[in-house]
Amino acid sequence: MTKIIVDGKEVDVPAEYTLLQACEEAGAEIPRFCFHERLSIAGNCRMCLVELKGAPKPVASCAWAVKDCRPGPNGEPPSVVTKSPTVKKARNGVMEFLLINHPLDCPICDQGGECDLQDQAMAFGVDNSRYAENKRAVEDKYIGPLVRTSMNRCIHCTRCVRFTAEVAGTADMGAIGRGEDMEITTYLETAMASELQGNVADLCPVGALLPKPYAFKARPWELGKTESIDVMDALGSAIRVDVRGREVMRILPRVNEAVNEEWISDKTRQVVDGLKRQRLDRPYIRKDGRLVPATWSEAFAAIATRVKATTPARIGALAGDLASVEDMFALKSLMANLGSSNLDCRQDGTKLDPSFGRGSYIFNPTVAGLEEADAILIVGSNPRKESPVLNARILKRWRMGGVEIGLVGERADLTYSYQYLGAGAETLAELSAGKGFAEVLAKAQRPVVIVGQGALLRADGAAVLAACAKLAGSRDGWNGLAVLHTAAARVGGLDLGFVPGQGGMDAWAMTRPGALDVLFNLGADELEIAPGAFVVYQGTHGDRGAHRADVILPGATYTEKSGLYVNTEGRVQYAERANFAPGDAREDWAILRALSEVVGAKLGFDSLADLRKALYATYPHFARVDAIQGGAINIANAGALGTGAFTSAVDDFYLTNPIARASAVMAECSALAKGRLQQAAE
Amino acid sequence: MSVRRLAEEQPASFEFTPENLAWVNKQIAKYPEGRQASAVIPLLWQAQKQHNYWLPKPAIEKVAEILDMPYIRVLEIATFYTMFNLEPVGRYFIQMCGTTPCMLRGSDDIKAVLQRRVGDQRKVSADGNFAWLEVECLGACCNAPMVQINDDYYEDLSAENFEKLLDDLAAGRPVKVGSQTGRRTSEPAGKLTTLTSLYGEDGRSGPASDKTQA
Repeated sequence: MTKIIVDGKEVDVPAEYTLLQACEEAGAEIPRFCFHERLSIAGNCRMCLVELKGAPKPVASCAWAVKDCRPGPNGEPPSVVTKSPTVKKARNGVMEFLLINHPLDCPICDQGGECDLQDQAMAFGVDNSRYAENKRAVEDKYIGPLVRTSMNRCIHCTRCVRFTAEVAGTADMGAIGRGEDMEITTYLETAMASELQGNVADLCPVGALLPKPYAFKARPWELGKTESIDVMDALGSAIRVDVRGREVMRILPRVNEAVNEEWISDKTRQVVDGLKRQRLDRPYIRKDGRLVPATWSEAFAAIATRVKATTPARIGALAGDLASVEDMFALKSLMANLGSSNLDCRQDGTKLDPSFGRGSYIFNPTVAGLEEADAILIVGSNPRKESPVLNARILKRWRMGGVEIGLVGERADLTYSYQYLGAGAETLAELSAGKGFAEVLAKAQRPVVIVGQGALLRADGAAVLAACAKLAGSRDGWNGLAVLHTAAARVGGLDLGFVPGQGGMDAWAMTRPGALDVLFNLGADELEIAPGAFVVYQGTHGDRGAHRADVILPGATYTEKSGLYVNTEGRVQYAERANFAPGDAREDWAILRALSEVVGAKLGFDSLADLRKALYATYPHFARVDAIQGGAINIANAGALGTGAFTSAVDDFYLTNPIARASAVMAECSALAKGRLQQAAE
Repeated sequence: MSVRRLAEEQPASFEFTPENLAWVNKQIAKYPEGRQASAVIPLLWQAQKQHNYWLPKPAIEKVAEILDMPYIRVLEIATFYTMFNLEPVGRYFIQMCGTTPCMLRGSDDIKAVLQRRVGDQRKVSADGNFAWLEVECLGACCNAPMVQINDDYYEDLSAENFEKLLDDLAAGRPVKVGSQTGRRTSEPAGKLTTLTSLYGEDGRSGPASDKTQA
């Protein structure tokens, strides 16, 4: 720790801190454009100038370390002044230079109201301009379907360039030309290839890069802001849902150091239009092969007739990828009241099972823990597609150096280099025998074995899981087995025990022809249900599940209900309601509560608070929000490893769930990504 | 300086010649493993020399592939440095110095010749032989005025000898690099004006004392 005096106040900070960090520690506000905590230091905007005693001129505080400061003449700590007339004049001057070429189009700029340049010009600028010359004009660039450019506004902070190179790892953007002719662009105006590209619009301190789908839609001050949790992948990124009236206008990231830092994937951010399209807004009943609109009571009556005509053993329930813990708890309770043990929340057929212990199905090392890892083995997963933000964490670890990364599965561009070990189960068997990369893992202090669903939904999934658990080994206070889920609901479902009970059928068995008479489908759209069973589909979008349904009960999406989600780490998080479901659609737990009465299996709660009370009584760990409860790994009857290559469980990153499939923006991104793949293959 | 963009018309492909490829590998070997991107400027330079003194898009991509760099990183460098020509420059690319010493010694005459014979700056002449550009000081002020044509300097120019130089280049006749008035390097024009007692009146014969003794 080093002492430094900021505006006469002495603070004690680590020597490697920059002056900017030290000033913030002392409570002094330093304006900045190019500096960003999570990016490398560029020092090119000059907005953060401060006066350093002994230095001949103001210094850029973002690029000057505390340890580089000279002590005073009598050995007193170095002294920084942030409020002197010199500093004020320096800031005025820098701001004047920045504004020479910045257009005066704030009234038509989407950044208006949340613009760093606007705010800082108010706080640190002067009130008029001495420049009468023409402003510089720069052509707008095409850089992809998600980010709109208005390059006249660019102040060349290069945050976007550093983000794509350092965090996204794709190095899409660059600054061509020099001096006054410098321009920010992608290579020959191709679309960016990153799954995190939307973040450059957040990073842009001015209105040069803006989210394209949101262009000219709303002003920041007319939006209601709700803090929530994302469900597009199993990471559970912290998000803020901005709503105007009943409509979700945009989704932005929130800072959560433990999970997503401050990034979110493009699917998380731009799935917004999918929340409005293809929505189920009233109940439907299938009559003569066609789905016709109905009232709630008609729909419930139709279900009750079918339920009463069959036996509990021929009733089943499936839970989809976006269901909240409350929804699944209500459905599980309903099935228990009906006397059925045919339950499954694993529509993809993954072999994970609560009976193996909680440690066997969560990402034990935690996402933040990846930064401590010294050896990472990825098995049957493409983290870039399955969870781009988590992949950015692996890239961050890789960029620190001193980590070995191995991959068993499909070769893919993960943005970092790795040792390719082999395609599938045979390679895993070799590793289990202690050969090759297994030695690296055995020597490592903090090994991480990331297992993707691609390797677990095979017939030998349990054996793969057991082999990976063995490879991860056990260290004191460190469990290296990291199961990477693809569905936001999965860990919650496994925690609830939403799996076949004694003698019950699993998802595969339930969807065979003639297996069941009545099937409750809570938003499971990724599997084919054979003809025969009477399917009650409770969901939000007219997707595959709704097409197969005999009765449709319109539910609420993740922005329209308050619910618990458990992310792939096993972290319990709250998603808050930001807006209301359209039309007659209702929150899913309430639908199940109402339905239970009609089918004669009444559930014992009348409000969400009651439901949660019952839930916490049975599963106390759900009450501990943001905590991770670890667990043992006890994989019995794993069987033997099979043969064959692992494939990633996610084929198309942009179209993994019904909400994303309803989004036109996601469809465009998906088409572009496919085009890139084809081009690469040629 | 102006906005620098890639040329409209681009060749389909670019490959280093075997000799140049060997040279390229020698340059890359100078840097430690994983730091091969350090060789980007020499490689671009060699690619430009091989390709009639301008850099086409396939060459930029080729260099990026050889050095395992993203395309945009190499494009940044190629557009940053004015020594890389992004458009065709004819067989002979003339960089005319117009900075103060050359201007005082008559570079305006040279400029007039270029304007008349070749045309506007940055435009290849109709016969495809020449293109020219006024540049800042090239560091040969003692022999002003001067131009750089491709890799070589041509100095002590006047309207007449420069015109002849261009005629010779266009006709493919051999030309003399350096001073066009016959003086060696940057020795004094005419005769010695200082140190005459040491080097003699003619300035070429060594110390005067040696001569008298002989």
